[in-house]
Amino acid sequence: MSADGPKRPDREAVSVDTGYETVIGLEVHAHLLTRTKMFCGCATTFGAAPNTQTCPVCQGMPGSLPVINRRAVEFGIRAALAIGCRVNLQNRFARKHYYYPDMPKNYQISQYEEPLAEHGSVEIVVGGVTRTIGVERLHLEEDVGKLLHEGELATARSSQVDYNRAGVPLMEIVSRPDLRSPEEAGAYLRTLRAIVVFLGVCDGNMEEGSLRCDANISLRKRAVATLGTKVEIKNLNSFRHVQHALEYEVRRQAQALDAGERIVQETRLWDPERLRTVSMRSKEFAHDYRYFPEPDLPPLDLPAPWVEEIRAGQPELPAARRRRFVEAHGLTPYEAELLCQGRGLADYFEAAVRAHPRPKVVANWMLNELLRELPGDDDRAIAACPIPPASLGDLLALIEDGTISGKIAKDVFEKMYRSGEDARTIVAREGLTQMADAGTLGGVVDRVLAAHPQVIEDWRGGKKAALGFLVGQVMKETQGKANPALVNRLLGEKLPKL
Amino acid sequence: MLAGLTIDALAARFRGGEATPSDATRDYLARIEALDPGIRAFMTVTRDVALAQAAEADARFKAGAPRGPLDGVPIALKDLFCTRGIPTACGSKILERFVPPYDATVYQRLRAAGAVLLGKLNMDEFAMGSSTENSAYFTTRNPWDLGRVPGGSSGGSSAAVAAGLAAASLGTDTGGSIRQPAAFCGVVGLKPTYGRVSRYGLVAFASSLDQAGPFTKTVADTARVLQVIAGADPMDSTAAVVPVPDYLAALGGGVKGLRIGIPREYFIDGMDPEVERAVRAAVEVLRGLGARTEEVSLPHTEYGLAAYYLIGPAEASSNLARYDGVKYGLRVSGGRDLVEMSSKTRAAGFGREVKRRIMLGTYALSAGYYDAYYGQAQRVRTLVARDFKAAFERVDAIVAPTTPGVAFKVGEKEDPLQMYLNDVFTVPVSLAGLPGISVPAGFTLQGLPIGVQVIARAYDEPTVLRVAHAYEQATDWHTRKPTLEATPR
Repeated sequence: MSADGPKRPDREAVSVDTGYETVIGLEVHAHLLTRTKMFCGCATTFGAAPNTQTCPVCQGMPGSLPVINRRAVEFGIRAALAIGCRVNLQNRFARKHYYYPDMPKNYQISQYEEPLAEHGSVEIVVGGVTRTIGVERLHLEEDVGKLLHEGELATARSSQVDYNRAGVPLMEIVSRPDLRSPEEAGAYLRTLRAIVVFLGVCDGNMEEGSLRCDANISLRKRAVATLGTKVEIKNLNSFRHVQHALEYEVRRQAQALDAGERIVQETRLWDPERLRTVSMRSKEFAHDYRYFPEPDLPPLDLPAPWVEEIRAGQPELPAARRRRFVEAHGLTPYEAELLCQGRGLADYFEAAVRAHPRPKVVANWMLNELLRELPGDDDRAIAACPIPPASLGDLLALIEDGTISGKIAKDVFEKMYRSGEDARTIVAREGLTQMADAGTLGGVVDRVLAAHPQVIEDWRGGKKAALGFLVGQVMKETQGKANPALVNRLLGEKLPKL
Repeated sequence: MLAGLTIDALAARFRGGEATPSDATRDYLARIEALDPGIRAFMTVTRDVALAQAAEADARFKAGAPRGPLDGVPIALKDLFCTRGIPTACGSKILERFVPPYDATVYQRLRAAGAVLLGKLNMDEFAMGSSTENSAYFTTRNPWDLGRVPGGSSGGSSAAVAAGLAAASLGTDTGGSIRQPAAFCGVVGLKPTYGRVSRYGLVAFASSLDQAGPFTKTVADTARVLQVIAGADPMDSTAAVVPVPDYLAALGGGVKGLRIGIPREYFIDGMDPEVERAVRAAVEVLRGLGARTEEVSLPHTEYGLAAYYLIGPAEASSNLARYDGVKYGLRVSGGRDLVEMSSKTRAAGFGREVKRRIMLGTYALSAGYYDAYYGQAQRVRTLVARDFKAAFERVDAIVAPTTPGVAFKVGEKEDPLQMYLNDVFTVPVSLAGLPGISVPAGFTLQGLPIGVQVIARAYDEPTVLRVAHAYEQATDWHTRKPTLEATPR
């Protein structure tokens, strides 16, 4: 996951009160995790050398024809069912025309009048309040390539095109204008991300562009039913950008309306450097996409039993899992949300709890220790984690049965992470087993007391901090292996008798 | 002399050891060298490729393991079938230097059957035209009268077979581009059912109408080529998964008892009386062979052309959007930015007719006009298809003129609308996606070929071929050859 991903929801976000009601709708584009492209057999791996994952079809060569990727359709259906959409058993692709060099055919194969699915919803929670956000449609399309400019765009001497991304399957999910604040927009995006990541249909990586978002935003006077003039904002490539751009736009539009100005219907670009949106093109120059049904592809007739088969195979979704984590495992909603950002993390949690049935302890260790070490919380990072869930459980069991202290356990954890060894191996080799035997430890305590008569005097004189010093000395003598509770008990017994 | 023989006759000589594929290929290459400067059917002659492929075929015959009836047979392709390593210009300046990195499915299939590629054939730019006069390179001449056009857009394909410069060729038919030039050049030309033959690797004009098909000297040869190129293709979702029957076996049935419809609307005012006479005579021949003929009505015929000239250009405006100078083909540099580069490239690379259709099509798909033009045209298309469906409830095949006239003089038709009228009898069949064949049905007093068209239900190529073959066998039009003299280069 990207550095500014949803690992720590932005608690500092300030809601902007303007006297207007904010109306937001999001268009979310998600790269589907298929091995091959939407309409050809080329690989979809991110980061390959330019133009090495292309063929006549995704380069838009004369005479080439598209063939629908069945897996992409399946993933689209999976996502549609997860957000309660009605899947259109007959749907079709359409051509969307506009000229841009990163688009090989100068039209994009998308879906228009007959999308894959319609009429769903997503439940979001903001400030403890649950709201249902409508989803208008979910459709499939192909991504475009990437332009690389030599120098700054305005003064570039030349531009090169990389078509590796051209034809990568995209799923577009269009919400209804049901979102009422930038925070809600952020929550919606996070919720949607968790769903598609859980389903395994998208890796949710906003930094690599696997998940992208455009927003439509307008303001209206409170209690006014009609919608205000909307502005479309593009280039929202992180959760922070979405929130910041929308907050900026709320202020900009409110100020304009306060000043009696008219909002221009236009497309604006978020400039993350200068923290503002800038006008890209107005409606007067809007594209006429000249949609028409894609004649190279027959209408897509989905067999109803196939859709039912997909429905039957749906995994437990994040919302249900969060609920279960709270109800069955006693986690806080916040902990549950963090652990349900991805399926890998949630699965890891449950596997670790099976090994060591103390869910709160497992959750604490995962959120504090594991996530600090892991490069991200996405499934890729979890899959590559050198500590299997059962090993984590094992380590926690060693703390519980008093074999090692919590402090030692943190060192052991780090060693496990570096070496991939299990806890018992490390503890045994390095002799870290806790001294929990009153006889052995009693001897150490006696030695420490004998060596510090002045401290004992202080203690007698009422200086209670002196006890802490003695505990520290015992721990030092035992290289931290002494059971702290036992040390305290022994000191408590021996001191008054001296 | 091997050049000019039928596929059947060539194959017999190869099998009998009287000649090798290399002999035939050299003979064809020599004939092309002698005659093509006058006819100008070829855009590219692939001499080296042909000789190498022929040598491989020789070896198969020598080893007693030829691949089938097309093994070693020299053929040529319309210059819009992608051929790896061989220029494919589609009659356009915008693809002047385009060398495809892949082979069209139909070429792969012909190669797998052992056919030898002699070269690529001239055509109207992007298959838009009826005479090859819209080729950005040159106009192909009609072998029966070098002052006249060979028809189009597959005019190079029809002229090559008529002049004996290839044993067979492939063309494409969007609104008549196989059948009309076949009629003009006195050869057999089949447009298969839409979906019967893969379009993968065929430079698109109008995706919902384009279909590849053969030109040959006889109906039996057409059956042989169709056998090889027909069938589903994983690379083309519109190539239907429908079993491919044995087309050669279908030829023998005769027409006795077959119900044949003669469409009332296909004999119109202004058509060439010699064409009408020849087609009515052809109907009599079929009756004589035992067919039951009756008049049928295809009431929406007159709207077909208008619908076609909206749907075709609409799809073309989209298909041709990719030619922008960025990836392949022509690039006019010197523009200030990408937009200017693309618009300069397109302005320089496309000819007048192509630009006209791009503009027509762009307009027809525009917001606010879509329903009145493209939408309405699609509704007309449905009505035209229904006409045929109704007629085919009463008859098994329909026989009609292929064109209202015969080959016209080069430069004679300057008005695009007049040119479009050439397609009036072929377009409805294309709109309905049905199979149609044009077979030689006589000559005018001036000695120009006339074609008769046979149409059947979707995927019923067997009936189309059966009727055409029965007629052909009862007549000798197909045996006549134009008199040609070598033209010095």
